[in-house]
Amino acid sequence: MQMPIPNATIMSRKAAICMRLAGVVPPDALITDPAETRAYECDALTAYRCAPLAAVLPRSTAEVAAVLRICHEEGVPVVPRGSGTSLAGGALPTADCVILGVGRMNAVLETDYDNRFIRVQSGRTNLSVTGAVEADGFFYAPDPSSQLACAIAGNIAMNSGGAHCLKYGVTTNNLLGVVMVLMDGTVVELGGPWMDGGGIDLLGVVCGSEGQLGVVTEATLRILPKPEGARPVLVGFDSNEVAGTCVSDIIKAGILPVAIEFMDRPCIRATEAFAKAGYPDCEALLIIEVEGSQAEIAEQLERIKAIALTHNPVEFREAADEDQARRIWLGRKSAFGAMGQINDYMCLDGTIPVSSLPYVLRRIGEMSAECGLDVGNVFHAGDGNMHPLILFDANKPGDLERCEAFGAEILKLCVEVGGCLTGEHGVGIEKRDLMKVQFAPEDLAAQLRVKDVFDPKWLLNPAKVFPLDVTAERRAS
Amino acid sequence: MPVEAPGLSAPDPEDIFASMKGERMRPTSEAELSVAIKAARSLVVRGGGTRRAAAEAGEVLQTSGLTGVTLYEPGALTLVARAGTPVAEIGAALAGERQRLAFEVPDLRGLLAREGISTIGGVVAANASGPRRVQVGACRDALLGVRFVDGAGNIVKNGGRVMKNVTGYDLVKLMAGSCGSLGVITEVAFKVQALPEAEVTLVAERGLPEGLADLRRALGSPFDISGAAWLDGRAMIRIEGMAGSVAYRADQLRALLGDWQELAADWTAVRDVTPFAERPGAVWRLAVKPSAAAGIVKALGLEAICDWGGGLVWLLDPEGEADVRDAVQGLGTATLLRALPSQTLPVFHPEAAGVAALTRALRAHFDPRGIFNQGMMG
Repeated sequence: MQMPIPNATIMSRKAAICMRLAGVVPPDALITDPAETRAYECDALTAYRCAPLAAVLPRSTAEVAAVLRICHEEGVPVVPRGSGTSLAGGALPTADCVILGVGRMNAVLETDYDNRFIRVQSGRTNLSVTGAVEADGFFYAPDPSSQLACAIAGNIAMNSGGAHCLKYGVTTNNLLGVVMVLMDGTVVELGGPWMDGGGIDLLGVVCGSEGQLGVVTEATLRILPKPEGARPVLVGFDSNEVAGTCVSDIIKAGILPVAIEFMDRPCIRATEAFAKAGYPDCEALLIIEVEGSQAEIAEQLERIKAIALTHNPVEFREAADEDQARRIWLGRKSAFGAMGQINDYMCLDGTIPVSSLPYVLRRIGEMSAECGLDVGNVFHAGDGNMHPLILFDANKPGDLERCEAFGAEILKLCVEVGGCLTGEHGVGIEKRDLMKVQFAPEDLAAQLRVKDVFDPKWLLNPAKVFPLDVTAERRAS
Repeated sequence: MPVEAPGLSAPDPEDIFASMKGERMRPTSEAELSVAIKAARSLVVRGGGTRRAAAEAGEVLQTSGLTGVTLYEPGALTLVARAGTPVAEIGAALAGERQRLAFEVPDLRGLLAREGISTIGGVVAANASGPRRVQVGACRDALLGVRFVDGAGNIVKNGGRVMKNVTGYDLVKLMAGSCGSLGVITEVAFKVQALPEAEVTLVAERGLPEGLADLRRALGSPFDISGAAWLDGRAMIRIEGMAGSVAYRADQLRALLGDWQELAADWTAVRDVTPFAERPGAVWRLAVKPSAAAGIVKALGLEAICDWGGGLVWLLDPEGEADVRDAVQGLGTATLLRALPSQTLPVFHPEAAGVAALTRALRAHFDPRGIFNQGMMG
């Protein structure tokens, strides 16, 4: 992975820059000792590491603005960081950057059930947003699997999804407003506790901009009344293709499950060995969850069963009680851990049209055989967001490179069938160099122009999202 | 082969329009559109001309040459169409598979005294959404991808046709609601929705504050309502879905709210703001914090129609003299959708300085020569 050469002038001015930063944040909010800045050398994409020049952990929007103003004046790159759970290297530092961590800004500022929103500081974790409202019967819908740790700031940066977004949408569909600090220290408010205020939808483009347009310090989020109940079913098939057709038939019938999860045989076997959830040994299985009152759940499951049975499943398993429901989810929720027990793995995140599912799974199987690395598939089938897990051995020379090359081929396949490189993890550094597969030069140029508007000096989260050669001129000027 | 002489064929109504408004362009491909944009000095981008809020000067550029559904996969809930495709044509294609656009496209021709055929590109450019917005989100939330030609003539695509996509910046959201100020939309991709098998509306006679309070309670319940409006002294709640579920939720809501009746109701009156269509006066569209709606209406003393549980308020100002923007300050925004000739206010709610600077810069970057819809968004 190529990263820009650190700016020698900035490196040599570290002491002076840190002294200026010390003037605007308390001593415990500034980390400059190399032994301590190492804590920020990577995120959840641990294959790439680089300690930053310094890390700053402000406690207010005013402090964030002061820090950014200084960095802007000094020409110092800034890498915003939520909880550092990015799987795409979205928070990977450069050696000449200041890490701006919002983790200490985690307060709930306002809870309004009458208007169904919550306003929080952006360092608050995803799950603790729901935690703040669930006693009153509400929840925050986007549920990335890192939700215990990941921050709302990072969710907004990556436009995070989750297993339940088939019904509830992703972050951008649940975000009403933000307070954001631009690289030059300007504080702007976008949106608010209302819907569709008109004007150019700046909030819409900020969400998912991977921390490159501004640092979000506060967010107004839609909260929803909790459904009365939820229940999953498990359906096993002896062919991926039939499972894919079943998904399509359910969707087309107008049933809206909150989740349709798909696991293939390699993944089922690995999971079974690890979690012993009692899954059938079959080619493909679906976990379908529906919500509502007991009667509504029964009504939906009856329809789903009728559709599933027309496809001759090897098993249709209903949950009679909470414990059985938990066991249906157990294997799916352990899938990543199970694969991790067998091997190191790389998790991909491409999305494909649901109709291409059988073809893509078949091609991945063929490619896997060709390159000699095993793949397990576990993914959100309702929306086509795949998560192929490629197994490799990090200790074996050349294996990581082989794995990355194979991963790139799978992502190219996703684009080829009409899909995209990343459905919910973001581009970061991981998929940066594949952007030209999906986008023509004009498509990328239009995105760069947005960056030019918000961050004309190109200092925020450098060397991410776009191939380096595409941005070289801008970063140099 | 004889060359057809100009003027001898039957007059095209669009040509009549053009002769009234000046020159007209009607490209039939993105390449033609790009050439036209590069050569243009000032353009008024026009879909069906059914929702434009501000009068503008410039050459009219029609998108009606870019039509047709290019991809429809009912099993994937996905539809892609060229921007000039009539909304009605898309509705018919979807209805054939018992599907629809979830966000309920408003038809404001009556309200704005327009004729013409609403196009899907125009709907996107206005981010126009009806009552179901409270349940399924706005037009922009259903929009999966766009293609457009910017002010320099570059042909750009963003997003795609899959439901989850975070690859690169989300220009899809930027284009939705941009009123043609950043580029001419040429193609749009949507997530669509299956038609529900049952629909029920509950109605109660209520004053505005009480009615909106009930609607907010319903929206805060787990009973998943798809419409929450107040019109002419009556509050209305819509429930859609499977038959058993609809009946169950209607019962639960009645238990929660009291004396509500199941009645056949016309949601197009709310969606299209038809009660204000034939009435003289200025019409404002307010996007506000729902609990603030009743207070704003009372303070202004104007006639109101409310949707989205109070989050969307339509106001009729017969004299055009009410200080509406002052009344919503800090609580939302006010768009002057139908102005009286005497009114010189900007159509859109003025933005704070920092936000306005970003908007201006974005327009300057996407339309460097300032040719698109000048005057439209201030």
